[in-house]
Amino acid sequence: MFLTLDPFLPAIAVPLVIALLIGLGLPKRWSVRLSYVGFLAPLLSALHVWWYYSSVPQNAGFAFYHTYSTGLDSLGIGLKFGVNGISMPLYVLAALVGFSAGLYAIRSGAERLKWYLMLLLVMQAGLMGIFASIDVFYIYFFHELALIPTFIMIGVWGGRDRNYAAMKMTIYLTVGAMLSLFGLIAIYVKSGVHSFDLITLKATLAQYPLEVIKQEHFVGILLLGLGILVSLWPLHTWAPLGYGAAPSSASMLHAGVLKKFGLYMLIQVVLPLLPNGLAHWSHLLALLALFGNVIVIGLVTIAQRDLKQMVGYSSVMHMGYAFLGIAANSALGTGGVVMLMVAHGLSVALLFLLTTSIHQRTETFSFNDMGGLARKAPVLAALFMAATFASIGLPGFANFWGELSIFVALWHYSAWMTSVAILGVIISAIYGLRSAAYVFFGEPSSTFALVDSKRPASDITWSERIPALILLVALLFVGFYPASLTTAINASLPASTVTQVGTHP
Amino acid sequence: MDTSALQHLANQNVWGSLWPELSLGTLALLLLVLEIILPKKSHDVISKVAIFGQFILLGLLVFGICSDTLSKTEIFNGLITLTKTTHLFRIFFLLASLLVSMIARVTLAKQTMPKVEFYHIVMVVAAAMMLLVESTHLMMGFVALETVTIGLYVLVSYCRESALTLEAGLKYLIMGALSSSLLLFGIVLLYGISGNPSLVGHTADGMHFQALGAFLQLNPHNFIASVGVILVIAGIAFKMGVFPFQIWVPDVYQGAPTPTTAFLAVASKAAGFGFLLGLFKLVLLPYSWLVIPVLSFMAGATILFGNFAALTQTNVKRLIGLSGVSHAGFLLLGVIASATIPMAIGAVYFYLFSYLLASFLVFFVMAHVAQADDANQELTHFIGLSRDNPFLSAILAIGLGSLAGIPPLAGFMGKFFVFLSAYQAKMYSLLFVAILGVVISIYYYFSWIKAAFFESVELDPATPKRERTEVCMGNRIIFTVIALATLILGFYQGSLGQWLSW
Repeated sequence: MFLTLDPFLPAIAVPLVIALLIGLGLPKRWSVRLSYVGFLAPLLSALHVWWYYSSVPQNAGFAFYHTYSTGLDSLGIGLKFGVNGISMPLYVLAALVGFSAGLYAIRSGAERLKWYLMLLLVMQAGLMGIFASIDVFYIYFFHELALIPTFIMIGVWGGRDRNYAAMKMTIYLTVGAMLSLFGLIAIYVKSGVHSFDLITLKATLAQYPLEVIKQEHFVGILLLGLGILVSLWPLHTWAPLGYGAAPSSASMLHAGVLKKFGLYMLIQVVLPLLPNGLAHWSHLLALLALFGNVIVIGLVTIAQRDLKQMVGYSSVMHMGYAFLGIAANSALGTGGVVMLMVAHGLSVALLFLLTTSIHQRTETFSFNDMGGLARKAPVLAALFMAATFASIGLPGFANFWGELSIFVALWHYSAWMTSVAILGVIISAIYGLRSAAYVFFGEPSSTFALVDSKRPASDITWSERIPALILLVALLFVGFYPASLTTAINASLPASTVTQVGTHP
Repeated sequence: MDTSALQHLANQNVWGSLWPELSLGTLALLLLVLEIILPKKSHDVISKVAIFGQFILLGLLVFGICSDTLSKTEIFNGLITLTKTTHLFRIFFLLASLLVSMIARVTLAKQTMPKVEFYHIVMVVAAAMMLLVESTHLMMGFVALETVTIGLYVLVSYCRESALTLEAGLKYLIMGALSSSLLLFGIVLLYGISGNPSLVGHTADGMHFQALGAFLQLNPHNFIASVGVILVIAGIAFKMGVFPFQIWVPDVYQGAPTPTTAFLAVASKAAGFGFLLGLFKLVLLPYSWLVIPVLSFMAGATILFGNFAALTQTNVKRLIGLSGVSHAGFLLLGVIASATIPMAIGAVYFYLFSYLLASFLVFFVMAHVAQADDANQELTHFIGLSRDNPFLSAILAIGLGSLAGIPPLAGFMGKFFVFLSAYQAKMYSLLFVAILGVVISIYYYFSWIKAAFFESVELDPATPKRERTEVCMGNRIIFTVIALATLILGFYQGSLGQWLSW
């Protein structure tokens, strides 16, 4: 009885209803209190889904299958919820990052906090919806629902250049989203089933695949659209700018979770539906990801003198690994990408959180004006070092497993690419450790000494510590016990990766 | 007096089918009577009577469509055909005139003009729009269209003390007369050629849609008929504000009082589309070899022109006018697709309704922000709106978001349905143009939202503090309902989704 209830609808509806109540004029005190509920409900739902995932019956590979009609059945569109091994880890990721970003935002005391929380709640609802939906139309719909608040949050609560950043991000991401929608409509019409239901589409297209040339065209459009959304080089320029300007909770949610939408679409929708099309583009994709994202952006990241920009660029760089895993076109690579998405989501959210905490103490993001913060804030330093290690991909953190599987898969695809890609690990070690050194060690710069003398820097407070620890514990948990996710991922991969279509059998 | 004729009329009861138009006209006349008999100081009640009466009528109409007893009826020897679709359009126009009346109460309170006639003309025009969409006869259509246009001449130049309004009135008069003459010339050509006895299937009834359609079916490449078809489309294109007949839009929209602008932007455009859809389905299909390329060119050019021209506007009335031009382009996409895809008609209806809801939200806010000089409404006047009046700014955000096509608002679903049917009709290149248009439109809609929300007054000391009209309780409730409807229609289409399978 307990397990037959739908865990997804509350996770989406509760934040939305609370956001609506706040919008209709709830007083501030109650808005803040109810926001806790709004962020907690998705987390509880996600833990429930994760814990019982293997023990509930599945419908065509999706657990907790539930459907609701919205009146568009004649078009083959409806709210269909369920998770498989690919979406379940990401569903949990969205809830974890959302909860910690929400806690951080509630305690941050932002200006016009009520409206900030309202937008964050809408975003959270959208994020949960993306990974809970089986209907491709609704995956897209929820993505847009989560995307719009980001623009507003940057525009209102952003840092410097916020107007320019908000405008640029809006235009880039709208182009990306519209192109993706075009590609999805193409699949919908040409598959002939006139349904956006992923299960129906998979079943039909497995039996009657589209012509190869059509697949190639559709994947080309989708890769362009999704590439913009995931910041594939050279379509990435919105990302560092946008993250640099965004308020911390917004960049946590966007870089940590929302940006994974594009990769998720590639794995969950494009790979099973248009395998030959993806295989056609995989070589170009691998080259762009390898030389563009990993090497060029990696070097650009090293050159950054601004902490938040650096984290933004590093997140663009790590997307390169994810694209490489997809291009490798094997079950191992795809599984590695899912793992990396979870790990990177947690670690980059943690980095953005800590970056803001550092900024509150140094009042700058510039490396030149920092130094020696570790003496004042040892716990903050320790947390930042841990996040940096995770981001580099040291064993013990979830990132290690993701990157390892991708490198092994890539070796089967192309050995020389793997050798180049591994250079990326060195690059991330350089910028990660250097940034830690600039911020925390050495002698305090004159600017920081001045700031510190005016308002002595304290160590990280509990309201910052708890959200950070939630993320760090999740990273370590998956790092030491990867089977908590991989069992589910493995079980779903053969079903969604159509038998090897790449260059290697 | 010969009572048998009256008896005959009563038995046929054709007038009864036109009860919404008739009662709207009666209500309009009642307002004039009230103006004469009521003392001057209680004239304020007249506008309330107008709004209340339209509200009751709207309830009856909605009840009518829910009771589902509507079947296709031809009355007056086929001058008028009533279907479920025309009933839908009745609701559309009545809703539009109701909301225009509500906005007019806000705007006219700032003017010194006589007020009652405004509501009177709006209602008469709305009734004429209903007849226009119902007509299946070119003469009937022309008469209805002229009633609409002449009413709008008055409405556009209503605030006759403002120079910009007079300019708008004159421009609209000249352009309207030109478009009417084009349409009439087209009608005459079609009528003349279809009555030519040397052609197959010639008919004496060439004004009637069905007969004309049958004639065109048999003569699919007649030169004179093609000229007639193009001229008819050109005449309607003026109403819809479609390239290259959109050139009057910015000036007229700016000069007209805000409620009239809303009426032009929503109801007049929709009336054009309703008439075109009927004509397209019954008459023009045999000429799709000509009509579809022409309309496709117009759609693409309209989307590009509307969006690019709106980019540089700082006056919000011009901006919304030009964005309305681009919306006409998106709607035209659906009309073209409806030649092969039945779903497209439903998509156009859904788009029109979502456009109605969203536009009126925006015009409602504009009416409150505007000062006595109605033509002078700049983007900068919206700066700080979110701080001064959160309610108005929230309404504005929902309206603009829906116009921009942002989920989960109704406008997104409308665009999605139109795009879906356009893809099914294989209009790939037009779709790319449309996608480009959407991206451009995001820019100017967001700069409006940015002005209302992001830019703070402190940064711009040059702007004097602006007084904004307080929102009265009735308006507050109605427009909250419309905003919620916009929100909910984006999530849940319910039985409205069935239109799409009609």
